[in-house]
Amino acid sequence: MIEVIGLHKEFEGRTVLNDINFTFETGKCNLVIGQSGSGKTVLLKCMVGLFQPDQGQVLYHGRDYHAMPEKDRKEVRKEIGMVFQGGALFDSQTVEENVMFPLTMFSKMSMEEKIERVNFCLKRVNLTNVNKLYPAEISGGMKKRVAIARAIALNPKYIFFDEPNSGLDPQTSIVIDDLIAEITHEYGITTVINTHDMNSVMQMGENIIFIYKGQQEWTGNSQSIVESENENLNNFVFASDLFKKMRQSLREKK
Amino acid sequence: MNILYHCGKYFIFLTKVFGKPERGRVYLRQTIIEIEKIGLGSMPIVAIMSVFMGAVITIQTASSLSGGWIPMSTVGYATRESILLEFSPTIIALILAGKVGSNIASEIGTMRVTEQIDALDIMGINSAGYLVFPKIIAAVLINPFVIVVSMFLGVFGGWLAAYASGILIPSVYVEGIQQQFIPFHVTYSLIKTLFFAFAITSVSAYHGYYVNGGALEVGAGSTKAVVYSSIVILLLNYVLTQLLLI
Repeated sequence: MIEVIGLHKEFEGRTVLNDINFTFETGKCNLVIGQSGSGKTVLLKCMVGLFQPDQGQVLYHGRDYHAMPEKDRKEVRKEIGMVFQGGALFDSQTVEENVMFPLTMFSKMSMEEKIERVNFCLKRVNLTNVNKLYPAEISGGMKKRVAIARAIALNPKYIFFDEPNSGLDPQTSIVIDDLIAEITHEYGITTVINTHDMNSVMQMGENIIFIYKGQQEWTGNSQSIVESENENLNNFVFASDLFKKMRQSLREKK
Repeated sequence: MNILYHCGKYFIFLTKVFGKPERGRVYLRQTIIEIEKIGLGSMPIVAIMSVFMGAVITIQTASSLSGGWIPMSTVGYATRESILLEFSPTIIALILAGKVGSNIASEIGTMRVTEQIDALDIMGINSAGYLVFPKIIAAVLINPFVIVVSMFLGVFGGWLAAYASGILIPSVYVEGIQQQFIPFHVTYSLIKTLFFAFAITSVSAYHGYYVNGGALEVGAGSTKAVVYSSIVILLLNYVLTQLLLI
């Protein structure tokens, strides 16, 4: 569980996030949604420690991340996995070396054990025969899956996904969403997903926070989103005719 | 103020670079890889530059002295001193600032804009240390060898020019390069090389590490890396020469 309490962040006097309060629950897909530029990525970066919030707390199972000494913060970081928008795979390393990297840095496994773990993680994300390829030699969807494999290599308690479906076709997006949901439930991970993909919202939204212009506008899940009367949320989620019709049909069924 | 800001930021960056490594063995392996990239990878350009510069210095000096009262063996002496004192340590360092410096800045800068450095930080790895420390150590270890090879090839280039052009009898050149040899001049050059190696790698890495933006900024960071490491080399050259030779 990750609790965000009263989080506030400014850049050069411009408020990007204001008084965000939300609990990201364990074993659930927690979604951060909002328009581009609404502050989703800043929230994620404040949570993982890439940005220092101006006010507020981020508690990892009660541990105040930004208040703890650097040594303790490093220990918490070992419990965190993150999948970046572009994958952020190390270009100079093969797929196998990328997934093995956190194991090499933080585990005392032998080479055989590390290779076994790498193969397990790659198999878990449905990738085979790519071990010796470089990131430049694989597709965007495969890069995302390798990044997920690297993120789960150390059995993290928390995984963050920054727009996991960006640049992927709808079919591959569904595969990635299913994979994220499976991993979350299988390992009881606190998963935080930053997205503006409406398919993901409807498919995985077990716990959702909607951010609008840096403010926490709405919280709920994929069921309650259909019934919400929040104008900003409706304008964002049901922007397309397809989603408007879908909402209409869901409301009629009820 | 801008210079002071960057100086302060650079020294803070160095404290991060020399922070405690997470896994010493990994750093050692990275250092060996960097030795190959920085040292051996630079050898072809260093060899070509050294041979031709030695040859040109010899021909220029010989043509200036021909017909005068100064003995022609002075050509060998002048070539050796030029190469030992200035050409090999400083000019080669400036060339390496262009080749190695721009490479380091663009490599680290690209890692910054593609969030690879963020990925390292989130894993709990000291990204500055992991990426930069092996490069600095590799350059400081290998550059003195590169410069010694450059010195040898420079002097050899002079002999080759004497032999090929006929402007000077090669045995007179060899006699000249043995005149009034001061071993400390080699030590002085190698001390300079150590400082230059540190400056090239650390200044370039600094400009790559703090790139903010996209491909355009990576290119700008790479250019800044070459410009500022060249300036630092020239400043260090003056300061070290005054400290060590006067």
